[in-house]
Amino acid sequence: MKSLLKATVAAVAFAAAGSAANAADVKACYIYVGPVGDFGWSYQHDQGRLEAEKHFGDKLETAYLESVPEGPDAERAIERFAREGCNIIFTTSFGYMNPTIKVAKKFPDVKFEHATGYKTADNVATYNSKFHEGRYIIGQIAAKQSKTGVAGYIASFPIPEVVSGINAFLLGAQSVNPDFNLKVVWVNSWFDPGKEADAAKALIDQGADVISQHTDSTAPLQVAQERGAHGFGQASDMIQFAPEAQYTAIVDDWGPYYIERIQEVMDGTWESKSTWAGLSEGHVVMAPYTNLPDDVVAMAKETEAKIAGGWEPFTGPITKQDGTVAAEEGVTLDDGAILGMNWYVKGIDDKLPQ
Amino acid sequence: MRVELVKRKEHSRKMALLSPLIAVGLTAIAAGIIFSISGHNPLSGLYKFFIEPLTQEWSFNATIAKATPLILIACGLSVCYLSNNWNIGAEGQFIVGALFGSALPILMPDFENAATLPLMMVFGVIGGALWALIPAVLKTRFNTNEILTSLMLVYVASLLLDYLVRGPWRDPGGYNFPESAMFSDAATLSTIPGTSLSFAAPITVTVAIVLAVILGKTLKGFEIRVMGESPRAGSFAGFSAKKLTLFSFATAGGLAGLAGTMEVSGALNQLLPTISPGYGFTAIIVAFLGRLNPFGIIVAGFVLALSYIGGEAVQSAMGVSNKIASVIQGLLLFFVLACDTLILYRIRFVGRRGSAGEASHV
Repeated sequence: MKSLLKATVAAVAFAAAGSAANAADVKACYIYVGPVGDFGWSYQHDQGRLEAEKHFGDKLETAYLESVPEGPDAERAIERFAREGCNIIFTTSFGYMNPTIKVAKKFPDVKFEHATGYKTADNVATYNSKFHEGRYIIGQIAAKQSKTGVAGYIASFPIPEVVSGINAFLLGAQSVNPDFNLKVVWVNSWFDPGKEADAAKALIDQGADVISQHTDSTAPLQVAQERGAHGFGQASDMIQFAPEAQYTAIVDDWGPYYIERIQEVMDGTWESKSTWAGLSEGHVVMAPYTNLPDDVVAMAKETEAKIAGGWEPFTGPITKQDGTVAAEEGVTLDDGAILGMNWYVKGIDDKLPQ
Repeated sequence: MRVELVKRKEHSRKMALLSPLIAVGLTAIAAGIIFSISGHNPLSGLYKFFIEPLTQEWSFNATIAKATPLILIACGLSVCYLSNNWNIGAEGQFIVGALFGSALPILMPDFENAATLPLMMVFGVIGGALWALIPAVLKTRFNTNEILTSLMLVYVASLLLDYLVRGPWRDPGGYNFPESAMFSDAATLSTIPGTSLSFAAPITVTVAIVLAVILGKTLKGFEIRVMGESPRAGSFAGFSAKKLTLFSFATAGGLAGLAGTMEVSGALNQLLPTISPGYGFTAIIVAFLGRLNPFGIIVAGFVLALSYIGGEAVQSAMGVSNKIASVIQGLLLFFVLACDTLILYRIRFVGRRGSAGEASHV
């Protein structure tokens, strides 16, 4: 019993010494919905964390929790970080929105950053990226490369971010081939390699020879590789998983944003805001164009430069699936319309789950 | 030298109490080795995992909050398992209970008064009990295997929840995101004044005590135990196996449904596509770790919850992978089950000449 007591005391001393040695200026903490090894969404956020760590060196301490389920566990995980002296906490999944807001109320001095949500507070900012800009480009590539004129789209949940991605993809494809056909499969998950692979197989069996995905695993690309079809990486450059199948990938680069916001915490200039940045700010990056003929690469690069220069893919004429006009010729949809999008553009071979 | 297991003549009462402690000790040793191998200080790892969560008020409360639904569901399941009814579907009963309980604040958001919360809880109990009665009736009427039917209804329940939060019950002001509107204050289970604990904890402890009295002191408790151990003897005493099947399933489902309602009302304040990180399945482990005894279940639920909170603590403080935390949880269960061998068997060390050595007391 005595030795147990001694061990406990020693452990306390160790723990205390450990935290004293890491006296950094700012502690930034991250909550991930998936494992850091998903090679998609959570992996990219962790890459951003590591980039910030490298940038600030000893001035920054970081910590993360991975595979935190959305629900009551999330609130506890966020509160743990707030209590453990984190100055800024990044909660990187939509389902953390209400838990983040709840914990933020209890800790007014801690800064919170919630990815992909829409609720803010004095100490809660939101951030997201204009992924649809990249989706317009890959839609163009799909229409150029597809021999069957049919692409398959593996979608997660019918939320505006995903719906606007599907629409941007088809608008890009229609700019090359007005009769292009798009089939959508909803897998109702962000990360489910089994379901995603089944969806990819079903879409290829239905005639799609290019697969696009708004889910995080590498499974659809691997299926495309096996079946001789092609596809695009999601969130991360997935070329190592499908060296012959990947045309390009829409890469989320969170590093610059994390560095900027942590710097603001250090300077005391951090303010709550909603950041929504894309290709021009470098928050969305296109992976190298591979397995493509030169003229298609040139077209993709031209579109990329055009969007980075300020052109919005959701520029009219845009017709909704039901035939009504969403935007007249030359009219651009405003941010609110894109962020709240709950309708399909004309030409999608699917009914939007409502 | 050889080690032999020798069957005891009867259960060792001493070992029944000691074996969980031995198991915790072995887990601590194994965890220490794992921490060292993965390059972390084993002592501070063990401290963070098993002790630190108990030293701070908020993490202690978080442990209780995590343990509460596990204990409540496991209490109900113990009635099933004691009476030889294999209800594996508490997860589904939890979900349907939560749906019934949430129907009031979602469909009638303006119904806000002192009756809101009690009504929600009653609906939650009814919902869970009705869901549990499906496999019970199938068993008593058609002799189906309740393990399969109760398990399969879990998937039906979670898809029903999924459908409702994406469709009819979706928050109209929520940009199509799959979640219900937030509950009003009247529909929120409040916290005990001065603490961050919700009233779910005292309600659960009360249920456990009542259940302990029923099992230990009443004819119903006797019926449950007799029918589990010897249905033939029970039928001579005039007990009906079919009625008991219905009763035990309804009890387990009702308590799981109550847990579901208290979880969405007290912790989440809304319905989400997933409202349970597997509480209904983990509660099966809790029920058996607690030896199907309400007080044992309270201890087991608390220890299991501690392993979750401790797992998070080592992740966030030491950068230990969450896989290692899961491995330690798994080891804890492994050692507890392995040490239970000592209740029925004793270890004998046999020397080379075959002479029986002293029985080890470990």
